[in-house]
Amino acid sequence: MLPSLISRLANPSQALKRLVWLLASLPFARWVYLISQDELGANPVEFLTRSSGTWTLVMLAATLSMTPLMRWTRSNRWIAARQSLGLACFFYGSLHALCWAWFDQGLDPDLMAEDLITRPFIALGMAAWLILSVLAASSPTWAKRRLGRRWKPLHRSIYALAILVVLHYLWHKAGKNDFSEAGPWSALLIGLLLVRLRFAKVRQRFHARGSHEG
Amino acid sequence: MSNDLRASQPKTSEITAKRVWQQRRTVLQSLSATLLRGRVGLALGGASLLHHAHAQASVLTPPKPTGLELLAAAPSSFSTIEKPTSHRDVVSYNNFYEFGTDKEDPALLAGSLKTRPWTIRIEGEVAKPQTIDIETLLKLAPMEERIYRMRCVEGWSMVIPWLGYPLSALIKRVEPTGNAKFVEFLTLADRQQMPGLRSSVLQWPYTEGLRLDEAMHPLSLLSFGLYGEVLPKQNGAPVRLVVPWKYGFKSAKSIVRIRFVEKQPINSWMQSAPREYGFYSNVNPEVAHPRWSQASERRIGEDGLLSRKRKTLMFNGYADQVAGLYAGMDLRKFF
Repeated sequence: MLPSLISRLANPSQALKRLVWLLASLPFARWVYLISQDELGANPVEFLTRSSGTWTLVMLAATLSMTPLMRWTRSNRWIAARQSLGLACFFYGSLHALCWAWFDQGLDPDLMAEDLITRPFIALGMAAWLILSVLAASSPTWAKRRLGRRWKPLHRSIYALAILVVLHYLWHKAGKNDFSEAGPWSALLIGLLLVRLRFAKVRQRFHARGSHEG
Repeated sequence: MSNDLRASQPKTSEITAKRVWQQRRTVLQSLSATLLRGRVGLALGGASLLHHAHAQASVLTPPKPTGLELLAAAPSSFSTIEKPTSHRDVVSYNNFYEFGTDKEDPALLAGSLKTRPWTIRIEGEVAKPQTIDIETLLKLAPMEERIYRMRCVEGWSMVIPWLGYPLSALIKRVEPTGNAKFVEFLTLADRQQMPGLRSSVLQWPYTEGLRLDEAMHPLSLLSFGLYGEVLPKQNGAPVRLVVPWKYGFKSAKSIVRIRFVEKQPINSWMQSAPREYGFYSNVNPEVAHPRWSQASERRIGEDGLLSRKRKTLMFNGYADQVAGLYAGMDLRKFF
């Protein structure tokens, strides 16, 4: 028992996971502090909605960075962080959705339905959150085991999710023509998706060469 | 209609605040009178006096940034009895894109705005085109305090105690000709002072416009201050427009030119998104913005995390005064 505990503590992937959880909880801790100090500013609903949206983006970009990082560093230790980051993304995404449903719409189903129709970017965000929920629900090891081969294609829907998130953000900012923040974030997410196309191409070439030589 | 009016009535707990506010105002007025009388004293050992005044005032009103003079003004019957939004929120939550697009940006970055010397050039269809210096402008008519509701097109609102006088006082002075049908307001666009101009969110200078009869309406205010003090830079110093029955963006800040014209001017937001922002932009709960409803609003500082938003009132609650300006007009078409 003791040796296994020591090996667990010394296990670099466990340490990385813990570090990710610590870092990912900091924004939430900041909110708790700001709320306790009544320092959320003039429009607390707007602050929490935007802040949770921003941290969802950060976590999504970080999640999508782990696979490229694995390739570039030729180390698979990052895989341990990927799951934690994905769950953190779900956590902040859920708070973001909750800010809208509860604080902004007062959980009124009629208001919410109307808002989903009149503001399509809200509907896009909702669609993204639904995908995120499915991914989070199928994240535990037992779910992964149960899904078997289907797990990987299912979790590739994070690419669709990223595209929905980009559209959601850009559309939100389109009204005021203000892409100073949404632009760079979209570029980053699209970049992380494009990198994967390149991986696929390399993989294809590798397979093609392999079969030719074989 | 009567329902709307009832909805506009504040709670009794809010009404009692009026006496307190008037008291504060009297204190501020006497303070500012003291300050004006003691100009010499101010110049010499006045720092402590000013400091004292601020210390005094801060007991009664929220803390103020130092270095702002106080303006004397008489109360106005146009004021609402609703509870004013806190000074802190009024001076820290601003849309002033010349200083950035975040609400916090203007308060952080507007320090670079130079409000002296300042002139307004008045031109176009007027008998007396002229350039008026800010000091002259300040003395053109007696200052009043007007506590107005301010409704932003984004769906939030405030109640702000402005200082100023009716825009009509300035208009009468320059004598518009028979051709003057509209008034166009052009605001400062100086890259040296305004970091936000680097962004292409809008075309600069920020331009707004009113129909001449709207501009002449007694509610239309040329404002030089708020909360008893000179306008903070982030709120549009040294002189701005306040048109309380229209969405906030119509109330142009840091005005440098006023043109009297025959044709309807194109304001900056119309130019940027003609489908979303119209020339009139009257507050109207029945006409939705193309991307969101305008039926309700969140009052800054009051409608908190868990309380419901309040209903938006026709013409921001000023229907009795201004509805006549739009008699017979289709407000869906002329949004």
